[in-house]
Amino acid sequence: MNFKDKIIGKQFVITSEIGPPKGTNIEPHIEEALHIKDKIDAYNVTDLQSSVMRLGSLATCALLINKGLEPVFQITCRDRNRLALQSDLLSAYVLGIRNILCLTGDHPVLGDHPDAKPVFDLDSVSLLKAATDLMNGKDINGNELDGKPDFFLGAVVSPGSDPLEPQIIKMEKKIEAGAKFFQTQAVYDLKAFENFMKKVEKYNVSILGGIVLLKSAGMAKYMNENVAGVSVPDKYIKMMAEAKKEDRPKTSIKIAAELIKGMKSLCQGIHIMPLGWEKYVPLVLEESGF
Amino acid sequence: MLITKLKSYNELIPCFSDKVFVIKCSGCKEVYLPEEEIDIFLEKQNQNIISIKRLDYLCNEDFSRTYSETYNNFIEKSDVVVIFSCGVGVQVISKILEYKKVFAGCDTNYINGFQGISAQSWDCRQCGECYLNYTGGICPITACSKHLLNGPCGGYKNGKCEVNSEMDCGWVMIYNRLLKQKKQEKLITKCRIRNYKKYISTDNKISK
Ligand code: SF4
Ligand code: SF4
Repeated sequence: MNFKDKIIGKQFVITSEIGPPKGTNIEPHIEEALHIKDKIDAYNVTDLQSSVMRLGSLATCALLINKGLEPVFQITCRDRNRLALQSDLLSAYVLGIRNILCLTGDHPVLGDHPDAKPVFDLDSVSLLKAATDLMNGKDINGNELDGKPDFFLGAVVSPGSDPLEPQIIKMEKKIEAGAKFFQTQAVYDLKAFENFMKKVEKYNVSILGGIVLLKSAGMAKYMNENVAGVSVPDKYIKMMAEAKKEDRPKTSIKIAAELIKGMKSLCQGIHIMPLGWEKYVPLVLEESGF
Repeated sequence: MLITKLKSYNELIPCFSDKVFVIKCSGCKEVYLPEEEIDIFLEKQNQNIISIKRLDYLCNEDFSRTYSETYNNFIEKSDVVVIFSCGVGVQVISKILEYKKVFAGCDTNYINGFQGISAQSWDCRQCGECYLNYTGGICPITACSKHLLNGPCGGYKNGKCEVNSEMDCGWVMIYNRLLKQKKQEKLITKCRIRNYKKYISTDNKISK
């Protein structure tokens, strides 16, 4: 059963993430993905994550399809105007890509080409609308298409943002523009997540809670200070700080499993962002009861 | 030079359904105000207008503070303040009258060779389609690093923009402003897409 059918059938789904390399060396990433394929429903492929110039998401998604894996094509508004975005959506469709995650994208100044022109001609909401229009056989300006695509559209939301309300308002706009599923920013605080889930219950969309594996106490502290919408509670920072270096993966897996178990009853799936620790994903899932 | 154009009647008429105090900015020589058209429009809205004042340099916060004190009794009596000026004038008055509904009556267009008169902390990029009426008078084009029109990205932290931790997130400011006016539901408006043709429409080298 594919990702969309599982979501529509209200089954629990698990997605993971592939961050294409800065260069052409994609094989190891595909190998990692194949290694965990029994447990993963779909793989998000990030679009120049952190605004760093890399191998593209579209090509990587196509390679996954060739290997029999199901991708979620992440597409951001940072680098392309509305012509290029719509064209890439059509290209994605003819390459067999069905799941699309529409994002605004990080600002280029955060990456390795801070001198680049920031585009943001569309944003996550208008990009979703453009994709919906394409599915209806028209471009965003209402011009007829010769052959229309069919997508399963998703978006992101950040349940730990403060203030939270603007995120929820934007989420509603995304739903109106066609988003059927949401993947969230990393969750470390189950109480806050539960509170968020209560607020968005009324929308009746599928939400996949985000999991980022902690690598060290330092990483947790860094995220608390610098990453929007993320706050790692002190107890986890303490657990990571107290673990011996060689035990850190074990502790990290334990924390992730605790969070996943907590989320299981709250939302419809999880989205694991391993950030280089792909090899631990099977253990995380095992420890979480999958 | 800047050109301001009267907004469409469709957009303007709903602003006049309550009691309105009107300010026209006769300000600087650099800004063209379509005063004749404004007056024709205002004549038809007469029944709800508390008063109309023709003032100058709304973009100067000190001047604008003095005006709002001087005309406080009119402002108190009205539900809405409608400003005919460039985008900066509307932003300044919106900030001073934070709890009041302040609406822009004009769109501000770009014209070749304009060097910018923008005062202090306000900026109008002459987008040709002024959005201040649904953002509580804070310009999403200049206050948001990605000039987003449909709400914030996920990048704000402690109220600051992901691009620069010294810079306030424009959309958090917009949200807080609308919250004060109890209008945060205004953020859920239709999906907005910028029309860049309007941005350059008075650039006769490009437009037809
Ligand atoms: S939205 Fe901003 S840039 Fe556009 S006219 Fe209004 S103040 Fe100027
Ligand atoms: S953090 Fe706020 S100001 Fe910065 S790009 Fe995002 S929405 Fe705009």
